[in-house]
Amino acid sequence: MTPSVIELPVSHEDRRIARLAALAIGLTLAEAALPSPVPGVKPGLANIVILLVLLQHGWHAAAWVSGLRVVAGGLLLGSLFAPGFWLSATGALTSLLVLGLVRHLPQRHFGPVSLSVLAAFGHIGGQLALAGVWLLPGAAVLKLLPVFAAAALIFGAVNGAVVARLLAAPTSGERQSAPCTPP
Amino acid sequence: MLRAGDIGVLITGAIAVIALTVWAWSGDRGDVAVIRAAGQIVQTAALSRPQRFTVDGPLGVTHIEIESGRARIAADPSPRQLCVKQGWLSLSGQAALCLPNQVSLEIRGRAPAYDTLGY
Repeated sequence: MTPSVIELPVSHEDRRIARLAALAIGLTLAEAALPSPVPGVKPGLANIVILLVLLQHGWHAAAWVSGLRVVAGGLLLGSLFAPGFWLSATGALTSLLVLGLVRHLPQRHFGPVSLSVLAAFGHIGGQLALAGVWLLPGAAVLKLLPVFAAAALIFGAVNGAVVARLLAAPTSGERQSAPCTPP
Repeated sequence: MLRAGDIGVLITGAIAVIALTVWAWSGDRGDVAVIRAAGQIVQTAALSRPQRFTVDGPLGVTHIEIESGRARIAADPSPRQLCVKQGWLSLSGQAALCLPNQVSLEIRGRAPAYDTLGY
């Protein structure tokens, strides 16, 4: 009797997404260790990776990396399916939807900073909408809106500037797409 | 690194943040003044046009002044003048109490404000 073998073909694209998702998950973990004055105000470093993937490999790859980051980040931080996980997932989803729209803006005028700031606003908008509807119904969330919006503007701009620098660096493109060598 | 549209997005974002701050933190403007004497409502006046009321209490006459969007106790015979010193009230939920003369002035908005919330 021959054992049945289920072989899942792994494409080059799969390996690239896995590698980039690992990078995003690493940044998520590093960021979780940073103290924050207000819960939820975070730099969103993983969004640097998401935006880079969007600009270099398209929206489909960015959606995969973002989804893997949210699920694996939830697993590693022990918050899978907890309220924080759903907030994170909603933010990731809305920012991806915003990115899907705004990446069609003319590139001559709107660079990574624009995309990053608009995605950050989308992120915080989705999270606060979920928090307002589900976790903290009432006016409490409205009072926090300016704090989160200001954080989105500042961190979005900084992350966008980082992405612009990474894209401008001559070797970044090659490093990003180098083949994964098995040990 | 920054393109023309980026600067536009940043400026629009900053304006949006400022507008949100003003909108979310300015408080709920009241639009009705409720005047009570000895616990009973004696007058309910919209904060739309300037007008004056006088209310009789055990110590004497309390003068209440209403302007567009705000109201105050202009004069009161109470010894410590606490309600007069509170000045103009404009936000929903604010109140000035002249306890010795048993007169109070309260501002109400569209949605009733809570005195306090416990979680």
